[in-house]
Amino acid sequence: MLDKIKLILKSVRQYKKYALITPIFMVIESLLECVLPFAMSIFLDLCIKAVSFDDFMKLYDHPKLPFQISLFALILVMVGMAVLSIASGILGGRYAAKASVGLATNLRSDLYKKIQSFSFANIDKFSTSSLVTRMTTDIQNVQMAFQMSIRIVIRAPLMMIFSAVMAFVAGGQVAWIFIGLIPVLVIGLFFIIKYAMKIFLRVFKRYDALNQSVQENISGIRVVKAYVREDFEKEKFNNASTSMMSDFVKAEKIVALNTPLMNTTIHISNILVVGIASFFIGKYSSISKEGGVTTIINDKLSIGQMSSLLTYGIQILMNIMMISMIMVMLTMSLEAVRRIGEVLQEEPTIKNPSNPLYDVNDGSIDFNDVNFRYKKDAQRDTLSHIDIHIKSGQFVGILGSTGSGKTSVINLISRLYDVSSGQVLVGGKDVRAYDLKTLRDNVAVVLQKNVLFSGTIAENLRWGKEDATIEEMEKACDIAQASEFVHQLPQGLETHIEQGGSNVSGGQKQRLCIARAVLKSPKILILDDSTSAVDTKTDKLIRKHLREDIPDTTKIVIAQRISSIEDADQIIILDDGAISAIGTHEQLLKTSPIYQEVYYTQNRVGGEQ
Amino acid sequence: MPPVKIRERGRAKKGTMKRLVKKLFQLYPGRLIFNAFCIAFNVFANLCSSIFAGLIAGVLTKGVLENGGAFNAFDITRFYDAQVMGNSFTIHANIPILLIAMGTIYGVGVFAAWWWNRSMAIVTQNFLNQFRITMYNHMEDLPIKYFDTHAHGDIMSLYTNDIDTIRQFVSQSLPEFLRTGLSVIFCVTLMLINSIWMTLVVFLGTFAMFLNTKYIGGYSSRYFIKQQKQVGVVEGNIEESIKGLKVIKVFSHEEKSSEDFDKLNDTLGEYSTQANIAGNITMPINGNIGNFTYILTAFMGFLIFIIPGFNNLTIAKGLVDMNLNIEAFNSTIVGFLMMNRMFTNNVSQFSQQITFIVMGMAGASRCFDLLEEKKEEDNGYVYLCNIKYKDDGTFYETNDHTRYFAWKHKHHDGTIDYKELKGDILLDHVDFGYNPEKMVLHDVSIYAHPGQKIAFVGATGAGKTTITNLINRFYDIADGKIRYDGININKIKKSDLRKSLGIVLQDTNLFTGTIMENIRYGRLEASDEEVYEAAKIANAYDFITRMPDGFNTHISGDGSNLSQGQRQLISIARAAVADAPVMILDEATSSIDTRTEKLVQDGMDKLMKGRTVFVIAHRLSTVQNSEAIMVLDHGKIIERGSHDDLIKQRGTYYQLYTGAFELE
Repeated sequence: MLDKIKLILKSVRQYKKYALITPIFMVIESLLECVLPFAMSIFLDLCIKAVSFDDFMKLYDHPKLPFQISLFALILVMVGMAVLSIASGILGGRYAAKASVGLATNLRSDLYKKIQSFSFANIDKFSTSSLVTRMTTDIQNVQMAFQMSIRIVIRAPLMMIFSAVMAFVAGGQVAWIFIGLIPVLVIGLFFIIKYAMKIFLRVFKRYDALNQSVQENISGIRVVKAYVREDFEKEKFNNASTSMMSDFVKAEKIVALNTPLMNTTIHISNILVVGIASFFIGKYSSISKEGGVTTIINDKLSIGQMSSLLTYGIQILMNIMMISMIMVMLTMSLEAVRRIGEVLQEEPTIKNPSNPLYDVNDGSIDFNDVNFRYKKDAQRDTLSHIDIHIKSGQFVGILGSTGSGKTSVINLISRLYDVSSGQVLVGGKDVRAYDLKTLRDNVAVVLQKNVLFSGTIAENLRWGKEDATIEEMEKACDIAQASEFVHQLPQGLETHIEQGGSNVSGGQKQRLCIARAVLKSPKILILDDSTSAVDTKTDKLIRKHLREDIPDTTKIVIAQRISSIEDADQIIILDDGAISAIGTHEQLLKTSPIYQEVYYTQNRVGGEQ
Repeated sequence: MPPVKIRERGRAKKGTMKRLVKKLFQLYPGRLIFNAFCIAFNVFANLCSSIFAGLIAGVLTKGVLENGGAFNAFDITRFYDAQVMGNSFTIHANIPILLIAMGTIYGVGVFAAWWWNRSMAIVTQNFLNQFRITMYNHMEDLPIKYFDTHAHGDIMSLYTNDIDTIRQFVSQSLPEFLRTGLSVIFCVTLMLINSIWMTLVVFLGTFAMFLNTKYIGGYSSRYFIKQQKQVGVVEGNIEESIKGLKVIKVFSHEEKSSEDFDKLNDTLGEYSTQANIAGNITMPINGNIGNFTYILTAFMGFLIFIIPGFNNLTIAKGLVDMNLNIEAFNSTIVGFLMMNRMFTNNVSQFSQQITFIVMGMAGASRCFDLLEEKKEEDNGYVYLCNIKYKDDGTFYETNDHTRYFAWKHKHHDGTIDYKELKGDILLDHVDFGYNPEKMVLHDVSIYAHPGQKIAFVGATGAGKTTITNLINRFYDIADGKIRYDGININKIKKSDLRKSLGIVLQDTNLFTGTIMENIRYGRLEASDEEVYEAAKIANAYDFITRMPDGFNTHISGDGSNLSQGQRQLISIARAAVADAPVMILDEATSSIDTRTEKLVQDGMDKLMKGRTVFVIAHRLSTVQNSEAIMVLDHGKIIERGSHDDLIKQRGTYYQLYTGAFELE
């Protein structure tokens, strides 16, 4: 855990000076806060000695002060202290904000970059929603914890210590009362927190589960209504909610002891202070009647000091309370630290080689006895003994049922994953020898789960080529058969795509994604089931254009529909992670039972075979 | 589908606070009033510190003066007449008596504190539970339209964020409001009794705090709102880029994305720094205004003490001469200064609560909005009942599950008619629009005779799903009629109408629980054997039994531990166990591999046997053996007939069939 905290703190960078300077102001602020009541008590003691307004400037002795001071000077000192305190409060607050927000901003950026550096294998480890939470809520928590650390964590114990010291300075032995009461409060708080936390952690889990079930209910409301299960769902929710409530009540009852405990200790300390102080004041007082004016002389303890003792007592105990609350909050934020640290510590499984190649000769691809598994400890290989040889410019189809390893095969080509054993060659060189960017610029993949980003169509297309001209984009759209519908849109290429591409149909999205990949003018173009929502006629047109317009590019197509790949130069049939057959449509129709079965089913299904 | 409204995160409606507090008091009147007393006593007990400090200071000074020096403060036999509270009162007391009184009040005060804290916790949790349940129960009864027109995330946040702000309000803000209110009233009264001059100084300080809170607080909340908006933007970007991370990698777009993100992130940093700075400095400034007030008050006390003719003014006794009266000075100033601290602390604390109150009201307002939504109306008076046939072909009503049903028609005159359920459905010149301005179905007429299979084909948005929404009355038609076995469906009780219709939806929504529970959802009283049977019909039995825990396998809500195809099979089994005489099947669009697809297909086919079925087809293979195929376009039926008829027509269906059009 410590290493994770350290790692996170590294992100503070340019804000380090603020983080370091904040505690200094907090020290000044708390010091002043503690000295001020002391000065006040001296002021009260001296007031009584004054007889007329002229005495305002007169210098007095005070048993607690080594020097003489006038009331006027004392007020100036107090005002000065308050001004200093306000200044350090403002500066401290300012720098604390800069430091903590700065840390959070840097951390978000670091985390973002880290996630960007992840390989597919890394990405698979974390779910999307958990990564989003880490970058939002968790960082928010760390920001708060950090701000609290450099402000309150410094301030509260200091306030307690200063107050205790000042209590001794002001009240002498009477201050032992507080020292005696501290353990009572600490032990009390400890037990309250311990028991309450235990229940709370449990309840929070149930709370999450409850919310999860509400979520399910809302998204499945059609099912609920269609099966007339409203009452059933109500009862389910009522029971869950009510039993969760009784757990909450249990925990809250314990927490409810907090205030009385606090009150009790403060009250006891008040009574003791007042009682003992009364005793001392009574015992060690004398009266002087100089010049007809009565003054009381307190040798041990004055009434002014008694009043400041009361203030210090409350300050000490309040700050203990504060410390306990901080500890609870910091403990809770540890979970956020752990989750963020986990991402930061994750090593990208795929890195650039030390002396990378920056040129890809041609679009030829070779798999030499490739074995592959997603996890080292997986029970068996996802791909075993794959041997494929594709010449530059060929059109290759891959067919196979779900889980047969089609996507796994093509993922190895652009090094989205690394092989477990064997070799994948692109342009005659091992993919691991290439610079990653070079490799991926030359091997364009249209993923199965493809996404467009919010922005205009043109912006999306320019992902393929940053400085693409309108003509280039239109040409790519022509190839992908996207031109027609793009032209029909009122704003054409400048049409805005909503987040998740929700305002274009599935088939349109797929065609735009293909256009985006074509714009890269890659040596190898891979379509992973990328035309499933496109009608067969358009599908055919896309293939025709790919063949004619970019003849030198190697094209690999994964498809469910035989019609999409039947005219390929070679078709690879995968079954259960191994190559079952390779050949042309005619050959396979004769030799491969799997191919025959699929062909038969789809023929029955209809289509244009 | 109708357009989805995204809620605005605005302010609370007027009267929300009143409504919430009223609701609260209606539920727990006794407890709350008693709690209020406890809080009042608690406040009073805490104030006693300053009152007693003043009294004791007065008695002590008097003691010293009367005894001419040292004396035993704990001598219980000696009483002193001390002038206290700015010379307003004379008390006859001694130190031990005062300490005992103080201890007693403290004791009761602690008990009161314990009681109200505990009681408020119970009230809060019970109230929230009630509120949650009321909200949920109400939500369950809302029409589908509500769910279609509200973003699910927004509905969800009612249960998480908004309820939480109500908790904050009830458990913290409300008692705090009362506590500080009472403290302030007590404090002000006591301060005025002690000295009006000094109180004026305190008011001056309070005004300064008010200005500070208003100015800096306002600045802070402006940036806070900006920050929240920017958080939304940044979160959107994060979500999009993480979801599309694989695409980013494939296009080596990492650096560009990071650059874009940094820009948004830096803006967020800027706003949030400003919001945080303002938030951080409000408290120290207020606290130090308190310090200034403290010093000024003491100085004022000194002036009253020292300047001849400057008399202390109190509300109890009017002008009182305290000039050089040590006893009065000590008792007044000590108590007053403590009170001053307490007062300023309360004021600055309360300024923090304001944010929570505003947030709580906004949250409550949104929850009330849900409660104000109109429930789904059901004026049906035709009921569904199970029947048993006698040998002579006549039937009688029974409570057993018999697979045979009849419509039970209660007439106004009290007579009851029974009509066998056959599954004859007729749509007669139906018009419909999600909003009255925009019709999506125009003059649609369809007849499905018992046992027939009717298929809908057409592009996205043509109105296929809409038709099924009308048959089970998720939405009500604007014009025309829908008849079920000759009965207008508006007359049928909605729940019974829906029970008579089995549905397999496009999105396979499963619920957290075991597979068994999920299938049984179709008919809660189904036996284990019936569930197995249904699973077999749906072709789900094999894969379920192959799982380590079989039917007891626990699945989470999104069914993420099952494949898409397996989830579909379970939802088919769920419909099979419901065993409704009429089925509506909305095919899933998601691509599943050919083998599973075949299983799904077979399962559906078995399910359809012997029933009236409406199929929304995404694959033409499902359609071919239908009695009638409706080709929809822009809310109109443009072609109808059997597969062979339509192929012969060489129209739209033909083009779809030959793949010239996208179907999706």
